[in-house]
Parts: sequence; structure tokens; C-alpha cells
Amino acid sequence: MTVGIVMLVHTALGRAEQVARHWSAAGCPVVIHVDKGVPRRTYDAFVNAMADRKDVSFSTRYRCEWGTWGIVAASQSASEQLLASYPEVKHVYLASGSCLPLRPVQELIDYLDERPNTDFIESATTADVPWTVGGLDEERFTMHFPFSWKKRRYFFDKAVAVQRFLGLKRKMPHGIVPHMGSQWWCLSRRTLSAILQDPERPAYDRFFRHVWIPDESYFQTLSRLYSEKIESRSLTLSKFDFQGKPHIFYDDHLQLLRRSDCFVARKIWPYADRLYEAFLTDVAGAMKKTEPNPGKIDRIFSKAVERRTRGRSGLYMQSRFPNEDWENGVTAAPYSMFQGFAELFENFEPWLAKATGARVHGHLFAADGVHYADGQTAINGALSQSATLRDYNSKAFLTNLIWNTRGERQCFQFGPADNQDINWRVAKDPNAQVSVITGAWAVPLFRSNLDFAKIRTIAAQLQKVESEHMDILRSPYSKARVRIWTMAEFIEAPMEPLQGILDEIGRTKLRRLSEAPKMVDLSGFGQFLQNLKNQGMHPYLMGDFPAERGVASNQKTQRKPYLVQ
Amino acid sequence: MGVLQSYWLRVQRKRWRVRALRKRRELKRVANRTGQIRPDDLLLFCTQRNEGIRLPYFLDYYREMGIGHFFFVDNDSTDGSLDYLADQPDVSVWSTTASYKRARFGVDWLNWLARKYAHGHWALTVDPDEFLVYPFCDTRPLRALTDWLDASSIKSFSAMLLDMYPKGRLDEQPYQAGQNPIEIATWFDSGNYTISRNHLFTNLWIQGGPRARVFFPDAPAKAPALNKVPLVKWDKRYTYVSSTHMLLPRGLNQVYDEWGGEKASGVLLHAKFIDTFGTKAAEELERSQHYAGSVEYKAYADRLKHDPQLWCKWSERYINWRQLEILGLMSKGNWA
Repeated sequence: MTVGIVMLVHTALGRAEQVARHWSAAGCPVVIHVDKGVPRRTYDAFVNAMADRKDVSFSTRYRCEWGTWGIVAASQSASEQLLASYPEVKHVYLASGSCLPLRPVQELIDYLDERPNTDFIESATTADVPWTVGGLDEERFTMHFPFSWKKRRYFFDKAVAVQRFLGLKRKMPHGIVPHMGSQWWCLSRRTLSAILQDPERPAYDRFFRHVWIPDESYFQTLSRLYSEKIESRSLTLSKFDFQGKPHIFYDDHLQLLRRSDCFVARKIWPYADRLYEAFLTDVAGAMKKTEPNPGKIDRIFSKAVERRTRGRSGLYMQSRFPNEDWENGVTAAPYSMFQGFAELFENFEPWLAKATGARVHGHLFAADGVHYADGQTAINGALSQSATLRDYNSKAFLTNLIWNTRGERQCFQFGPADNQDINWRVAKDPNAQVSVITGAWAVPLFRSNLDFAKIRTIAAQLQKVESEHMDILRSPYSKARVRIWTMAEFIEAPMEPLQGILDEIGRTKLRRLSEAPKMVDLSGFGQFLQNLKNQGMHPYLMGDFPAERGVASNQKTQRKPYLVQ
Repeated sequence: MGVLQSYWLRVQRKRWRVRALRKRRELKRVANRTGQIRPDDLLLFCTQRNEGIRLPYFLDYYREMGIGHFFFVDNDSTDGSLDYLADQPDVSVWSTTASYKRARFGVDWLNWLARKYAHGHWALTVDPDEFLVYPFCDTRPLRALTDWLDASSIKSFSAMLLDMYPKGRLDEQPYQAGQNPIEIATWFDSGNYTISRNHLFTNLWIQGGPRARVFFPDAPAKAPALNKVPLVKWDKRYTYVSSTHMLLPRGLNQVYDEWGGEKASGVLLHAKFIDTFGTKAAEELERSQHYAGSVEYKAYADRLKHDPQLWCKWSERYINWRQLEILGLMSKGNWA
């Protein structure tokens, strides 16, 4: 008992010859179908080259354009020839010229001998699998496809649209339920001959001749009518990418293929010398007799598809430049933006760094330059501290910074005096944790020595900018984790919000906050605000500070709770 | 795209093609071995001037990668490199004394040669100091990539220019002919690139790296473009528009994914900044044959007088393509 090979070949005839010899040397008769597109001379040379192998023969040639009937016709005639000429064949294995046997052929023969009536053919009903690329599943069977998909795409699409519009549907021959699956199968003589000798075959052939990609459905559907036992999987390891074309194996996949324990793999790059050399020199018994296990290869290829379709979040580069809102993650990792904290607390940055272990920068978007943590002049990725370079594309500066420092939480200070170009990008970024104490920008003004008229102008400006920023953060498009307090609200009870922020950053040591940052002295601040009001500039972002009593008195009663044990 | 815009782009493309046709008269054939080219050969196109010291390694690097035939335009070299090239068995070389600038920095010449000889071939257009790195380049020849691109119906392949530089002064380690310049210029900037989109030509405009960081911190808009599409399945109707930064028809510039995915891409390691750079910069400044009045070279000369050091604490040392992949400078896309 043995297995017969039907080989469909259209390019790389030299490799096909090598593989055919390998099959035949192991006692498997081979019938080769060469695509009609191959020039006569090349074909003749190929036939001559194989002349020394008696159990290798050639079948009637058909033109095999992808997605058309030719491939099925070729498989039919080659299978008929094989079954008729070699009565000892129990199973027929359909392979292509770029398939490569990975295990000794004898193991395949033994494997099939143990399962004499089993048909290995991937076969699933169209309704249940999402395999199809391009949206045609059920419709493959119910429409006409008079135009080539490869060469006449426009007409192909139009024909589909017209038929959809008119609601045209073909009738299926009685008794068949459309199934689909990998075109590479291994059928038992019983099933295959039943399909080929069925008196109804002309009717089926007529029907499938106009089905889209019949090589993925003809045998898959008809074997369901006759098979005693279908194992719905292909013995050929073949992975497809998101466009439905097969992944190709190269020399560097050698170890991976070895470990897959699959019988046959496709598609092999014709110049992959090491693969052909390694697998076609038969080391009998080198492999253990195990079930095929393509899991590892699966993972590599599904990762490749994932990379092509989803990409790495937060990466902007030459071959990944997503449109706005299509980024699959605006930035690469979570980060925190603090507004007003450094103004309100004297030692906020070192305190935060100590409490969280994160890298805490100053005002990254300050007008006079980038204030990196620890006074660095540049940071990961050689990102410069020049404000001009940063402002040239500040959104890219932010995404670059977060990408470059993957694995380390970034925190930075922000304020209305900084470059505001990034506000929408941050607001729409689910990775952003934004905490704002509104109006805290007034504190440095309050403590400054500037002339009051000047202070008034600056305060008006900052208030306007911050208010616009808050509108953005509160907009319905905002996806960031936003917390906003007025200054008055915040200084009432600063510990709770701080604890909340730290918990969310999540790197805190588990115990409660023992040390709070030191708040600047705010005595007289209420009066300062009142003075601004008296000048006609109403600072409203701070919330309500009583002018008389001011924060001064508050301040005294509040001093204690800063050290919560 | 509106009809008008589409028409305008078509006129542009025709214009560059006609210009290439006109500029072909400036080329004098020195060695034409194009008869040896087989139908599936990978071709390389290059203009050079006085790069003799770089050529031996350059040719070896790309021969090893699987380039079948080299096309050179020699722009008035005086260092004997023309003779050297003419002696190579797999090189066809033309020479010209005409203005590099007025041939739009060599683009017209190469457009002409590509149009005449590259139709239906994969064509790689690089400078003598650019070294292509693509996914799996350590285990798979360039033909594996082009076969895969063919199978995926992809016609152009992006490879961003990555400026490499040595640690220390540029002139500290002298470069020897035949040596891999990346052994000297081993360092690069990994994450300070900015990208914007050119909506008319649909290409990306990438700037940044050490040149923006050191030479143009006050005028980043002037920093040179780093986006390149050097590898194209050439058709005689195609033209490069501006260096290898962009092409027409503009569909060829669509080398990036806009919906979050990653397309496959490579990197051109740019070994410009080695000890030969100083003399080169001085010479180019004098000839004023480079882009935008050689503003680049002016900035270099200026800066290098004071502190000829591009290296900084955050520079990254080059290891291999996988490192560049992880850093996000290139991508395997769905090639596995």
C-alpha cells in the first residue's frame, strides 16, 4: 500500500523535479501537472529530465489561473490518471511544486496506512468560518464570475455588484452543501474515485466551473457526500496572510519547520537551498513519530499578520503613519501630566519621583527649553532639549518621548505658559493621566516681584489659555483619564486626590502616603486675587478664596494634616 | 483626487521624463555592459563623484546582497574612480562633466538610465555612502525580498535614511578603502524623528536625527529629508521627482499604512560622517552644487569648526536590523 502524489507545478520546475524525485525514490508514484502557461520548450525539457523515473508521469495540461476552474480540472485529470495507472495507491496526496516534505516519506505512508479510510481535507461550511478575504463567502457559490479577478478586477467587482443589485442567484445541484477549506488535501482512493466516477459529476462540474475559487470548494464539498471519515485538516502546513496569499518559508525557518512535525510544508522559496538540502536528504527515523504540531509556526505568522494590520501602538515611522483616530493607541505607554502641582508644592517633582519611582520631568513644553528630569540635556532616543526642535513638531515630540522610554513611567509638568499644541493629542489619548489644579499658575505670579500691571496682563493671558485647555479636556472626545480640581477645592484636602493619583500610577509601595509634599506659603493669596479683581481681571479658575481671612488662616489650621502617619 | 490635480501630476511626470530625455545628451558612455543583464536581475543605480575610496566596499556589499548589475554616472571625478568602475565586470558606467545641480542632483541622469534599462526590473537607487538594510537581510538575499514584494503586488519599498556617526571627532579614525564604514560610524539617533505628510505627492516627509539635532537646532525646517523609497519595481513610465524621496506616479510613495498597521520597510545606513567628510564638505561648499544653495554644507562647515562631534550620551550603537526593528525605525510588516 502506498500513497500517490499529484503535483501541480507552474514555476521553479527545477525544485519540482527535486521534490518529485524525492517522492518517487520513496516508492510513491507521482503524476505531475504542468500549467499550460509554461512554454513548450521548458515543459519538454522538464519531461525529458524526469524520463529516468518510471513512476513519474505527466497529465493533460490545463491553464491554471488563480481562482478559476483550471486547477480543479488539472487535479481531476491527474488524479484519474494516477488511480488508473497505480492500483496499489490507497491515498492520493495533492501537492504543489513549491511543497516540501518535512518528514521521511515512509512516515507519511505509515501514518496513512494506520488510517486507511480517513480523508484529510479541510472542509467547513461557509457560514461558520471567517476565512474568506474580500467578502465573498456564500456568494462564491451563488453568483457568476465571468471576469478574471487578477486581470479584470474592475469588471469582476462590477459583475458582483450588478448581481447583488439584481438579486441573481444560481441554483445549487441537488444534495450539496457548500464547504470550503485549504486546497491541499489527501483523499483515500475510495472517496476520490467516488467523486470522479459519480454519474452526477457533469452536473457538479458545470456548477463548480462558475464558482469563485473552486479549488477551495470542489473536493471539499463533494467529499462530504462520500467520505466515511473526514479529518477536517490539511496534512500540508500552509499559512496564509491577511490578503489570503500563502506565507513563504526561507532558510532561516529551518529549525521552526523541523520542530513542526508536519508532513509537508508550502510554500517554500525556490532559492531556499538549505531547506531543500536539509529535508530532501532522507535521514530515516531522524524525526520522532508524533502528530503534526504547527503551533509555533502559527504564532510567528499570526504575529506577522497582527503587525501588518494593527501595528505597534504609539509608533510613528516611515511605514506606519496612522491617520488621526486610527492609531490603535496614540502613544506607546501610560504617562501622567500634572498641571498646577509644581506651582502649589515646593518639592513636588522629587516627592513624586520618590513616591512612584517614575521619571518625573519638569515643564517639558516650556518656552525656554525642554526641562528633562535631573537637568538632562537630552533623553532616550537622543531627543534634544531645544525648544525650537520640539515646537517644530510637538506632537511627535510627545509620542517619541513616550515611545523611547517604553518600560518606564513618564510624568511631566504642564501649564498654560507652555506650548499648547499637544492638548488635543493628550486629551484623545487613553494612555494619558491628566491631573489639573486650575488657577495654580497664579501662585508664582503671587510670589513674584513683578509690577502689578504686568501681573494682571499675564494672569489674564494664562487664565484664557487654561480655560481653553479645560474645555478640551472636558470635551466629549476626550479619552484621557482626567481629574480637575479648582485650587480652592484642592487645598481643602490635598491628601486624598494625591493618593488617588498615585494609586492609579500603581507603582507606589503598598502603604499609605506617609509624607506629603510641602505646600508653598499662601498667606495673602486671597488678597492678591482680590487685587486682581479690583483691577477688573476676575480670576475664576481658582475657585473661591475669601479675600479677608484669606488662605492665611486656613493655612494655619491645615499645616498639621500634611504629615499623615 | 480631483481631475485637475490628477492631470497636473501627470503633466509633472511627463515633464520630468522629458527632462530626463533631454539630459541624456550630457551622459558619455564609458563602459556599457548592459547586454549581460538577465531578465530577472536586480539593478543598482548610483551617481558618484570622487568616491573612489568608498567604491570597493560599496560594490562588495551590494554584490553580496544579490545585485546583478550596477549603473554608475560619474560626475567629473578626478580620483581615478571612473577607471576603477569601468574595469568592473558587472558595472556599466557613464560620465558627465555637466552640472550636478542642473541635472537636479543627478536625478535626471538616473531617471534616463532607469527608463532605458530598468523596465520590468527591481531597481535600487542609492548613493555610495548608503547601505541598505532590510528585514532578514542577514539570512535572506535581496531577491527573497523582491520576490515577496512581487507576490504581494507591492511595487515600491521604503528605506529611511539613518545618519551614522562615530564616537568622538569625525576625523579621528581614518577610513581605508575596502573597509566597512559602519565599523567607524557605528552610532545613530534612535528616536528623534518627526514626520509630516505631503498631501499632494502622498509621501511622508521625515526629518530629525543628528543633523537636525546638531546642525539645525534653530532652523529645524531646513534639516534634510530622510524619507527614501530606493527600491522600485521599475516601469519606464516612472520617475523620481526629488532625489529618491518621492516618485511619480504618486501611488509609489504610499509605502506606509494609514490605518494603524505596519508595512515592511528597511533602512539606508548613511555612512556620510567619517573622516572624508571634512574635505568633501569644503569641496562641495566651493562647488555649490547641492540642494538649496548647499545650506546643509554651510551649516556643517560652521558647526564642525567648533566641535566636530555628533555623538551624545543617548546615541545608540548599531548592532543589526533586528535592533532597528525593535527601535521602530523599520518594520518586518507581514513578512515573516
